[in-house]
Amino acid sequence: MKKIIKYILLDILRNKIIIAYTLLLMVISMSLFLLEDNASKAMLGLLNITIIIVPLVSIIFCTIYMYNASEFIELLIAQPIRRTKLLTGVYLGLVASLFIATLIGIGIPVFIYSPDTSGFTLLFTAIALSTVFASLALLSAVMTRDKAKGIGLALLLWFYFSFIYDGLVLMILFQFADYPMEKTMLALSMLNPIDLGRILLLLQLDISAMMGFTGALFRDFFGSSQGIIFAAGNIILWMILPALLAINKFKNKDL
Amino acid sequence: MTLHFKSILIFWGLLFCTIARAATITVYPNQTINAAVQQAKPGDVIRVMPGTYREKGIIINKPIILIGVDHPVLEGEHKYEILTIISNNVIVQGFTIQHSGYSSMDELAAIRLKNVSHVSIRNNHLLNNFFGIYCQHADSCVISGNQIESDGTSELESGNGIHGWKCDHLIIANNSITGHRDGIYFEFVTNTLIFHNNSFKNIRYGLHFMFSHSDTYVKNIFSNNGAGVAVMYSHKVIMHQNEFRENWGSSAYGLLMKEITDSHAEGNLFYRNTSAVYMEGSNRIHIIHNRFLHNGNAIKLQASCEDNIIEQNNFSGNSFDVSTNGSLVLNRFSKNYWDKYEGYDLNKNGIGDVPFRPLSIYTLIVERNATAMMLFRSPIVNLLERAEKILPGITPESLKDDEPLMKPLPL
Repeated sequence: MKKIIKYILLDILRNKIIIAYTLLLMVISMSLFLLEDNASKAMLGLLNITIIIVPLVSIIFCTIYMYNASEFIELLIAQPIRRTKLLTGVYLGLVASLFIATLIGIGIPVFIYSPDTSGFTLLFTAIALSTVFASLALLSAVMTRDKAKGIGLALLLWFYFSFIYDGLVLMILFQFADYPMEKTMLALSMLNPIDLGRILLLLQLDISAMMGFTGALFRDFFGSSQGIIFAAGNIILWMILPALLAINKFKNKDL
Repeated sequence: MTLHFKSILIFWGLLFCTIARAATITVYPNQTINAAVQQAKPGDVIRVMPGTYREKGIIINKPIILIGVDHPVLEGEHKYEILTIISNNVIVQGFTIQHSGYSSMDELAAIRLKNVSHVSIRNNHLLNNFFGIYCQHADSCVISGNQIESDGTSELESGNGIHGWKCDHLIIANNSITGHRDGIYFEFVTNTLIFHNNSFKNIRYGLHFMFSHSDTYVKNIFSNNGAGVAVMYSHKVIMHQNEFRENWGSSAYGLLMKEITDSHAEGNLFYRNTSAVYMEGSNRIHIIHNRFLHNGNAIKLQASCEDNIIEQNNFSGNSFDVSTNGSLVLNRFSKNYWDKYEGYDLNKNGIGDVPFRPLSIYTLIVERNATAMMLFRSPIVNLLERAEKILPGITPESLKDDEPLMKPLPL
């Protein structure tokens, strides 16, 4: 498995796209920090990048890579390697490459200009979202044989988590406006990794003072050790579950 | 040497200015001020030499001048009220007054002015008192140059820095107040000038007005207070060139105006407040030439407000410029500079050709459903706002600035 990870990682790093992505992140983060006089404002700008661009690039890139590597994967299947190990290796290779890209692209500017809790929360969120969406990409690539369909599914997933989900939440909030929705909101935020990351970061910034009663409830929850463990566990589930599903499906897949 | 010289100068100055025949009584640390007051005749000067005086309450019942040399300490031992003035025409200056008593029954203060007029309290240091300077039924008094500090932690266990109750014609100038419940608290205080004070890090409000009409406050700085400045149930209040800074917290305001009428706010600076101006039930207020920088909400204008004019202000770097809670708008915005304005100016007259709608739809949503605040900065919210800006459907049609400025005003 180590060899597979190594090979995939080297293959991706040789690929120009991931380097371009790293540079893009770096340029955007640097310019945000340099343009805004207030680090907190720059963090809000970076938040937008983290919750839109990072998931999009990571899910599309991983799906396309999976399809492009399908011949290579078929070749490896002919070798005496277990399918589980093979796909896990591919997944971990993808995650490792995205991890490096985010760490350099966002990590270095954050480390230079805002090395505090909010900065590291942002970095953590970006890395976690990359991993989660790589995992979702794996699932969509394994589920469909057709490349166009697979990429379409990946795009749809991204669109769902970035836009549709929040729209649904807004609708639910208004439908049940007469009921106390704070706890429900907390639960709903767990069902979308992007929301969870966004809220975690907003609570770190001083803008959180504007978030009223619900904000205070969230702050209390995520301020306690239980809350942190719960949120972290939730994110890890989001990283592992789709990948596990994909691996399970891949085991019995007729290639 | 110089200090001594100065105090002699002040002493002689006062002597000539006030009453030429006044005698001078000097009090040393082994004597008591109370005895000196008893011995004094109206118009006398009492000089108190440096030292600590524990007198279980000093009562000044005749018009005298009480001068502290090098800030002698009047100690309250956390038990009683320290200085009570019940005579007109008194001057108290240059003392350190500390550790007044605390009581939940009486409002014990470091200095109390009780039914008096023409009293001046100046250049004192007030440390860790329950109430600082308490004026009740005071008329034509001056409170200036005092440094009032306390280390209050809760609203219940600390009093106000300067407290006015049923007063008229006070001048409160150049004081610095911190660590009290309210920096300056006014109830039924009229025709008063509050000038050049610095009220910061108080537990509740930097300045608190209740039923206090025709007051003016100018060039004060209110920063880092628990909930900012509150002006309530008053009319004809004039607010000029004050600074409201860093009143940041979940229920903090820069300036809270509740049931205020016929007032005027000009040339103020609002910097980094959660809500810079909050208006409720306030009518006919003229808000002009103010700067709103980096606030959460620049103006929260509830639908219960009427006939307010908001013009020629600069709004920049605020998360939300204006928010309201209804569809009725009876106020007028004009000729403000909004950094979020995206219009154009074809005839180059400095005024944008398309109106600006400062109300974002998201603030309306949050106003109706507070939990929706958790979708703050979500991409869907940005989309909604864009759509609403292009085709306003939900936000009130009349809430707009017809003549937005293209460039910020030089304020």
